Amino acid sequence: MSIVTHEAIAQTSDSRLISAENLSAGYREKIVWQRANFSFGRGEFVAVIGPNGAGKTTLFRLLLGLQPPVHGSLKIFGADPRRGNPQIGYVPQRHAFDSEMTVESLELVRLGLSGKRWGFNPFSHTDRDAAWAALEAVDATELAHRPLGVLSGGELQRIFLAEALVSNPDILLLDEPLSNLDLKRETELLHLINQAVRSRGVTALLVAHNINPLLPHLDKVVYIANGKVATGKPSEILTSESLSALYGIQVEVLRDPHGNVAIIGVEEHHGDMV
Amino acid sequence: MWQFQFMQHAFETGTIVAIIAGVVGYFVVLRRSAFTAHAFSEIGFAGAAGAFLIGIAPIWGLLLGSTTGGLAIAALGKRAANRDTQIGIVLAFSLGLGLLFIDLYGYSTGENAAAAYSILFGEILGISLSQVNITYVAGALILGGMALIYRPLLFSSLDEDVAEAKGLPMLILGIVFLLIVAVAVSFAVQVTGVLLIFSLMVTPAATAQYLTRKPQWAILISVLIALAAVWSGLFISFPTIYPVSFFITAEVFIFYLIVRFLYPKIRPVKIPRGDIRNEQTARVMNNMTGKVSVDKDSR
Repeated sequence: MSIVTHEAIAQTSDSRLISAENLSAGYREKIVWQRANFSFGRGEFVAVIGPNGAGKTTLFRLLLGLQPPVHGSLKIFGADPRRGNPQIGYVPQRHAFDSEMTVESLELVRLGLSGKRWGFNPFSHTDRDAAWAALEAVDATELAHRPLGVLSGGELQRIFLAEALVSNPDILLLDEPLSNLDLKRETELLHLINQAVRSRGVTALLVAHNINPLLPHLDKVVYIANGKVATGKPSEILTSESLSALYGIQVEVLRDPHGNVAIIGVEEHHGDMV
Repeated sequence: MWQFQFMQHAFETGTIVAIIAGVVGYFVVLRRSAFTAHAFSEIGFAGAAGAFLIGIAPIWGLLLGSTTGGLAIAALGKRAANRDTQIGIVLAFSLGLGLLFIDLYGYSTGENAAAAYSILFGEILGISLSQVNITYVAGALILGGMALIYRPLLFSSLDEDVAEAKGLPMLILGIVFLLIVAVAVSFAVQVTGVLLIFSLMVTPAATAQYLTRKPQWAILISVLIALAAVWSGLFISFPTIYPVSFFITAEVFIFYLIVRFLYPKIRPVKIPRGDIRNEQTARVMNNMTGKVSVDKDSR
């Protein structure tokens, strides 16, 4: 398995782990966004932002192979996306578990590794050790035996992150992990995600509503709006010129002395001044 | 009481049914599919009544009814097990159909009340040797099937979206599980009857969930509760004139109440050190903020 991965990396020596050319997404009768071109290398931290319904989750569905592109090409390690790709760790957008859910978090993390396998092997220690290591990586070992139903939003996100990391993926897709977290938890979780990205060389795509807390960590931004996709360094994308071009109307990007951005001129702005 | 063949059959069938109901019931509770399980048993009622009418063993009618119901609900699509309205509509029709069959059966034999009673409330003391053997085969198939799909089923029950992204065949998994539930329900109906099916399919598993956080232990405890209820139900009812199903139902219910309401108060507290400190800190901070606000008010 690992040999295949290394060969795949060698083939993409320009470190283009994910690449899209002239990519359109949605359905034949309703294109969500079109003509996107982007590429992400190993270990890059990418934020995916844009208004609600712009097609951020659609991008994830394409990468996960849950939905085919309408036009253009999308390649992961040079191959078409496919459902069940073990190189991808996925944290979907989710709400909390039912408070009656008494199953402990360790079990969920363990299933992130072995949940795909058939058969019954409840007492495997390799699974358990791997799950424990993943919990350590997100600083959540103290949550291992807590029921899923009693965890707070921030605690759950750490468990979901461990569940995604336990299979040692090359790509992490995180759909709004920061929503409903207070500022302190948001900072903590971002720190953990950043640590995982940097120490494991994982390429992370993170859907977020507020770009500002992410800015210190980001390598690239994917801004999806108005049926179009703009990709590049945060300093290139988060400018009045590029966002005006994207939205097709005059948009103003303001910056405060700390580097925080605020986007003025669109109904729903996604860089709130802090 | 062992000299009676019917008691031996009752114990054998009761044991197998308790085991499969305890195992399958855990996933029924985890997936919030209790209503579906109940619907299967009531669709099975129509099947069993039809079987009486044409003169075959009711278990075949139950199996036909409940597996047809299982396939129909699976055909409704993803997460269809939660479609209460559609299931309820089919369920009402099935009961009506069952009533018609029982009534027709009554015209020819004059025994409609006894037939209806045995399907609705169980007839564990009237199980034939061939039925016992079929129950063994079904029990082995169900346990084998559950062991095979254990991890993917648990994964898809806890985290459907990730399980789907990981490439698990969700639709097939759902159908296989519904069919297993349908078969398990059909056999459990022999013991508890159509109307008391929850006492073995839901209550033991729901109770077990409060006693452990590990699925494999919860399944084991759920099986033990079901076994204890069936065995002691048979023992207690033997010298009395009261029905076995009543004792099974009453025992699991009482145990559930104890675990749900009494156990949290007497449970050995196992809080790690860090948590105690946090709780104390939280309490101290609550007290402090309380005082501060009082001070502000008094000023």
